[in-house]
Amino acid sequence: MAGGFVYTAVESTAMSTAEYYGNTLAELGRSHPDIVALTADLAGSTKIGIFQKEFPDRFFNVGIAEQNMFGMAAGMAKAGLTPFLSTFSVFASLRCADQLHTDICYQNINCKIIATHAGTSFGQAGSTHHAIVDLAVVRAMPNLVVITPADGLETANAVRAAYAYKGPVYIRINRGFDRVLYSDPNYGFEIGKAVQLHDGNDVTVIATGSCAFQALQAAMFLKNVHGINVRVLNMHTIKPIDKDAILKAAAETGKIITAEDHNIIGGLGSAVAEVISESDIPVKFKRLGIPDKFAPIGLHEDIMSILGIDSNGIINAVFNSLGIQKDDDDNWDDEV
Amino acid sequence: MALTKSEWLALEKKANELRNLCLDTTYWAGSGHIGGGMSAMDIFTVLYHKYLHIRKDEPNWPDRDRFILSKGHAGIAYAPVLCDYGFNDKEQLKTFNHTNSKMGIHLDSNKVVGVDASTGSLGHGLPIAAGTGLAARVLGKSYKTYCLMGDGELDEGSNWEAAMTINHYNLTNVISIVDRNHKMIDGDTEDVMKLEPLADKWTAFGLTVKKVDGQNIRELCEAIDYALTATNPVLILADTVKGAGIKMMEGNHKWHYGAIDENLYKQCKADLEEYYQKRVERVEREAR
Repeated sequence: MAGGFVYTAVESTAMSTAEYYGNTLAELGRSHPDIVALTADLAGSTKIGIFQKEFPDRFFNVGIAEQNMFGMAAGMAKAGLTPFLSTFSVFASLRCADQLHTDICYQNINCKIIATHAGTSFGQAGSTHHAIVDLAVVRAMPNLVVITPADGLETANAVRAAYAYKGPVYIRINRGFDRVLYSDPNYGFEIGKAVQLHDGNDVTVIATGSCAFQALQAAMFLKNVHGINVRVLNMHTIKPIDKDAILKAAAETGKIITAEDHNIIGGLGSAVAEVISESDIPVKFKRLGIPDKFAPIGLHEDIMSILGIDSNGIINAVFNSLGIQKDDDDNWDDEV
Repeated sequence: MALTKSEWLALEKKANELRNLCLDTTYWAGSGHIGGGMSAMDIFTVLYHKYLHIRKDEPNWPDRDRFILSKGHAGIAYAPVLCDYGFNDKEQLKTFNHTNSKMGIHLDSNKVVGVDASTGSLGHGLPIAAGTGLAARVLGKSYKTYCLMGDGELDEGSNWEAAMTINHYNLTNVISIVDRNHKMIDGDTEDVMKLEPLADKWTAFGLTVKKVDGQNIRELCEAIDYALTATNPVLILADTVKGAGIKMMEGNHKWHYGAIDENLYKQCKADLEEYYQKRVERVEREAR
């Protein structure tokens, strides 16, 4: 983290995840004149507008025209610039999937897509604005690196790493404020390398994005209350997936649960399943995520709870994985 | 600057060579998008042999003019142009569409030297051209970007998104050209999805439209000369004939894509020679 400013955990409670992105991009822009920024009428929402304020001549708002934006970015990258483009994940992955596929991935150009409002993080907006298939779509595009940071500090790390990497990168970040996972940015973020958040050999939870914090909470509860040792991996990079970490977990714990704010088809769970099913290690395996249906409307944390991808949902999945029967607690009188 | 007679004749000769090379490539490949290749060949010729500032020995020269072939299926015409220019070995044309060839129907910018953008999915070229145009502004470079679109692909909304951008940023360094050959795979453009009044549409989007005969080299040159000094972005609406130069293909949408055997090849060759002679006669008649 040489140079630039380093965020502290105190600041992280005061900034949304997208603000980490916007500020990091502006910081990068100061020393890298090749960086340009594009958005489709979402400068404020995606916080790419922070870059705009400082570098108005290197910022382009294309209006509500995502296909055009992705094509323009391809042209700019071909001419030697490094475009960062931001819109909501649901649009970045679907509205202009053809341009992402052909103009950016096929040409393998140096272009960074920072897709905001990931998963169900814009919960109240409903399924038109939930990105529940983006990982499935973009993960299948050759040449593309796919990252889902867990919080603001990890977003800053991912954005810096994306700039340093030459080639197309898709980073998926949430709307609003993420629960703070990291208090220190120097935990060794590296594209394609999972971060172990909690040690344990009874079962492994592999989580990404907003589920990483939930998985850690679950692991701490299970250790403190039940003496269950859960290994938690923050799989911030969905592609290239960290096969070594998955296979090590498979061999050492024999049980793997994945957790993601995405359809269980095509995202983290599928990526992990692909690795373990092609290995010769027998694994008890469970995917947590959106069970191939459109998610309800609501607050993000409520939706995560309903979908069972919050800490309670993960705790239950760990019990199930270990064959521990837990009676449903229907007695609400003891709840605070 | 007005086209001299000798320059015009030289361009006619080159266009004829390239039409023949496009036909040869189609024959070697067994089949191809020859109709839309032939309609665009005069445009290719004028750009690559009069206007584009490019360097044979330095294909990635950062200050080069860019050319974006939005109608990517015209690769059967574009590959001969790039090989003839010297960017790629002409022998490669004999492998066009063959398994493991560097050259297929839609040219890959990472495999074929001189291709500025991999295209094929329609409606992608003009946004990319808007991007290279804006990049020139950010980088302080004076290169131009030429974008050649088909008419059928104008059904795609992304073209019009890009047109708004070109107008909004007044990208006079982007010169847009439409190969208006009136045909698409399923038939006449006006039957499949009405485009007219096409010039009015571009005008309404803020571009200055220059309508020319796209099989007339002098008219094409005059329009590009105009665009190069215009203070408003220009769209050249080039009225062309699908399959130009080959009688049975001319104006026939069935020759959007077709296969050529030896007998047909000989007939096409004869047609192209006759067409060339007529074109030379026109130069003799009309050159000033």
